[in-house]
Amino acid sequence: MSFLVLIPLLPLLGFLINGIGFRRIPKNLVGIIGSAGPVAAFALSVYAFISFQAQGSAPIHVHLFDWITVGTLNIPFAFQIDQLSLLMLLIITGVGSLIHIYSVGYMHHDEGFGKFFAFLNLFLFFMLLLVMGSNFVIMFIGWEGVGLCSYLLIGFWNKNTNYNNAARKAFIMNRIGDLGYLLGIFLIIQQFGAVEYAVVFEKAATMAVDSPAIVAITMLLFVGAMGKSAQIPLYTWLPDAMAGPTPVSALIHAATMVTAGIYMVIRSNVFYSLAPDTLDLIAIVGLATALLGASIGLFQNDIKKVLAYSTVSQLGYMFLGLGVMAYSPSFFHVMTHAFFKALLFLGAGSVIHAMSDEQDIRKMGGLRHKLPVTFATFVVATIAISGIPPFSGFFSKDDILANVYQHSKIMWGLGVLGSVMTSFYMFRLLFLTFFGTFRGTKQQEHHLHESPLSMTLPLVVLAVLSAVGGFLNVPEALFGSMKLSGFMAPLYELAAKANPVAFAHQHLSHTQEYVLMGVSVGAALLAALGAYVVFVVKKSVPAADGQETGLQKLVYNKYYVDEAYDAIFVKSMRTASDLAYSFGEFMIDLVVNGTGKVVKNAAAKLRLLQNGATSFYVFMMVLGITVIMLWNFWIK
Amino acid sequence: MNLLSLLIFLPLFGAALVLFLPASQTKYFKWITLGFCAVELLAAAVVYHYFDLSNPSFQFVEQTDWITLSLGSLGAVSIDYLLGIDGISLPLVLLTGVVMLVGAVSSWQITSRQRAYFSLYLLLTASIMGCFLALDFFLFFLFFEFMLLPMYFLIGLWGGPRREYAAIKFFLYTLLGSVLILVVMIALYLSAFDPYSSLNAQTIVHTFDLRYLADGHNYLPNSLLNGLSAHQIMGLDARLFLFLVLFAGFAIKLPVVPFHTWLPDAHVEAPTPVSVVLAGVLLKIGGYGFIRIAYNIFPDAAAEYATLLGILGMVSIVYGGFNALAQSDLKKMIAYSSVSHMGFVLLGVASLTPEGLNGAVYQMVSHGVLSAMLFVVTGVLYDRTQNRQIEAYRGLAKPMPAYTTLTAICFFASLGLPGFSGFVGELFTLMGGFQSEFMPKWIATASTLGIVLAAAYFLWTLQRMFFGPLWTQKGVESLLADLTPREKIMLLPLAALTLVLGLFPHFIFDITSATITEFLKKFSLN
Repeated sequence: MSFLVLIPLLPLLGFLINGIGFRRIPKNLVGIIGSAGPVAAFALSVYAFISFQAQGSAPIHVHLFDWITVGTLNIPFAFQIDQLSLLMLLIITGVGSLIHIYSVGYMHHDEGFGKFFAFLNLFLFFMLLLVMGSNFVIMFIGWEGVGLCSYLLIGFWNKNTNYNNAARKAFIMNRIGDLGYLLGIFLIIQQFGAVEYAVVFEKAATMAVDSPAIVAITMLLFVGAMGKSAQIPLYTWLPDAMAGPTPVSALIHAATMVTAGIYMVIRSNVFYSLAPDTLDLIAIVGLATALLGASIGLFQNDIKKVLAYSTVSQLGYMFLGLGVMAYSPSFFHVMTHAFFKALLFLGAGSVIHAMSDEQDIRKMGGLRHKLPVTFATFVVATIAISGIPPFSGFFSKDDILANVYQHSKIMWGLGVLGSVMTSFYMFRLLFLTFFGTFRGTKQQEHHLHESPLSMTLPLVVLAVLSAVGGFLNVPEALFGSMKLSGFMAPLYELAAKANPVAFAHQHLSHTQEYVLMGVSVGAALLAALGAYVVFVVKKSVPAADGQETGLQKLVYNKYYVDEAYDAIFVKSMRTASDLAYSFGEFMIDLVVNGTGKVVKNAAAKLRLLQNGATSFYVFMMVLGITVIMLWNFWIK
Repeated sequence: MNLLSLLIFLPLFGAALVLFLPASQTKYFKWITLGFCAVELLAAAVVYHYFDLSNPSFQFVEQTDWITLSLGSLGAVSIDYLLGIDGISLPLVLLTGVVMLVGAVSSWQITSRQRAYFSLYLLLTASIMGCFLALDFFLFFLFFEFMLLPMYFLIGLWGGPRREYAAIKFFLYTLLGSVLILVVMIALYLSAFDPYSSLNAQTIVHTFDLRYLADGHNYLPNSLLNGLSAHQIMGLDARLFLFLVLFAGFAIKLPVVPFHTWLPDAHVEAPTPVSVVLAGVLLKIGGYGFIRIAYNIFPDAAAEYATLLGILGMVSIVYGGFNALAQSDLKKMIAYSSVSHMGFVLLGVASLTPEGLNGAVYQMVSHGVLSAMLFVVTGVLYDRTQNRQIEAYRGLAKPMPAYTTLTAICFFASLGLPGFSGFVGELFTLMGGFQSEFMPKWIATASTLGIVLAAAYFLWTLQRMFFGPLWTQKGVESLLADLTPREKIMLLPLAALTLVLGLFPHFIFDITSATITEFLKKFSLN
């Protein structure tokens, strides 16, 4: 299986060629080189998937070389290919290829075309490393690497200061999460003396449920996931990250990188299954993020911002699922979300492209006539994300919510509330953009056009996947056979042995499942209807900036969380650094220079004793002798 | 002549050559310096080639009686010309070879008093090499002191506007460090003896041989520093006290907060090549001194004070980071980032774990490469506009794309991005601190704040200077030409080196591992 090495290597090659030669290589060739790597990697991933199943689905370990050996610790550079990494490979290279092809059209007029493809290829390389690595250190290398690419691509148009701020914010916020991850690795090394998944999990499985080390490790790793997967409190970078070109938002900030946290938790499911307290925390954070993101999404007017908060919210659902140990359903949602959210972003890109870089939905409207393909695919994605059957989002979200229901009915209720909001903001977006009459300038209207084939083709492919992707894992209540869950089941065998109680829960009866489905689908449909009434029938358009009132204003301004972070963390950091420099350094130098001055002044005074006058020396000598005599006779 | 002696005498010979050539040959001085530095690096590479990686003890040992004085009833004193190299010094010798060569290329723009400059530069090279190779404490001290002289003049004569203040501050600070080291040297002299010569000579032969000093058996019974005697100085056990004194001596060099304030001043005033050498290798002598001398001679005290030293490392990391964030002068920002990055060295050393110590040596090499690169980067801009203020520029990416790319690589490598050397150094020193049985975990945990700070100050600087629309404070846009071939010759190999070291860290770890495993046997929890 040594061809597996080629999967990350091909995009790396693309990066090197385009990165070094982007000024000399003609544009058409750049696009071909840039896209060829991912497409070939996808073909290899499919081949790997097939041969993996043919081999009887045992994890494949590919040892490349020993990276570092220090003391008793050995960190090999090796890949582990199993169900989880294969599925991730397919998503990353598959969706990645589509987005590369799309970018050929989307970025065609950009002067940084070659640089863009180089960065995008580099991102794929690190993302593949992240999911293929066989130990926590390789995962961390990928983890930080995708952070770098995210930084480079968010700030891709680096002439704009706001974009640069967004890029920097993303990197630093991710770094804060990475600290948690790093400390988690340190604890793992200390506890198990290794970083290889196989070794670590084997040992971890013998530990007791709720043992402090495991709880600490899971918590620290989850801090890393909060950063990368934009969960409360480290989520504010993701909406800002929309400053990057739209294909970047689709690939990195929707389909792949932001799901790294979910990948990590499923990868470490042995740890998490042994730490119910951490799981509870994850469920609460996930649910809160899902609701927060959805609520902010209700009032955003920037097409990409709506989608960004929607991503935050959907990631919250995935963590909610993880928190109730619904690992496979969460991953199922990662997959369907990759399809429909990538589609939504690419669709938004197509709209922005047509609208001459306008992103405000208040200035759109009626686009369905001019952009039929974009419109049709956008509708599919909207239905999918809103959880309306038979499109993919319904199956994955329903799967998560059914598991949540068994865990806690209140959480389920809040989860449904979130999906109501999801349905509302998504249909609001759809109606404001594609229905009604055009609200932009004459110039924009004149320029409106459907995107070229390189852009619409990926839209169509993703639309098909969003439509039928759900059938990968149809529940038994709907006469399915849970194929995906069955495929992923071997991943949890070790965890189930370590903590059998956690895995032994009863299944819902089919009647219960029908009721749950009915409620959530009904609620989503009602929300869609509500949006239709408000934005199509009544033709209302959101207020202009600064005219929001009350609660709406609070939500529109994202609950002022950014401002609060700025005041609490950024300001205090600045204050601390100013204090260190102006006070700390001043005090130290005061002592240093003070010592110097004292010595200098003392020397200046003492120098006067050496005045060269013999009589003075004789006088001092006599004085000295007298003092010594007095000391000896009288005082002593 | 032995290879190690060659490493020391080759640059000395070069210095003499520059000194005695007639003034009409001035134009060749830089070429001579460059040539000697290149041969020096080659010689270091030859040492590496013949070095036995599995052997933990000193290799290429070279010993000649130098001074032997009979002091009658007090015994005799023997000072040897004693050189040797092991897994701890070899990486630093190689680093010195690289950095001095880069410094030589960077010295190209020195136009005034070339004879003095280049002979001092070669003299400095010789003394640095001597520090890393000497195994006799006296000889080490000699080289250590000898570095001061060229350094003082290189800053004081070729430096910026406040060069005199900076040079004298550097000189006095370091001299204070030397005095502290000297005090301990005298105490050691009084306490330790050479077991073999003493046996033969029927009298006590005092020694400065670091190999003997490291062995507790070679201390006179009831002498000041014998582990079993109960001498006290200022209420502290004599060994503990003198360890602290020795530590402080090297802490000034590293530098450790609060002994660091000479460094930003020295860097700001020093010409680019001197900054390159100062950050690239001189600071490493502090870290090397900890391991080779302080820890080697006082393992008991090092274990005792591990927590204190770890905290000092942490404070350097965090405090240095905060200070870097506050700077408006690019060079000063980098100087403070050096303080922060050298804090990782102290943390790693203090941890007394294989991860920590290997990581510390690695971090020294990595920082040597990266800081050399950072100061060259600063020099590039300063050469063009004589202005290093971060706020004076915006959007440099436009006129200087190659410069921007290399700066970005350098910044990301410095902030510890995986793939580059900075990451491995920080990872292992932090891991060492975290695993250490000698210090509590919160120290390493708090130190991780340093890597967030590094991301903050490097990225903020990158954004402020290189991104956005092009703008300069004094309208010097026309001066902003992209990298010249000479600058590329310096920056590209350094960038390649940090990448290679980051991808294949075992290149360093293979050298250090055996020696450090042996070294750590001296330390145990009591």
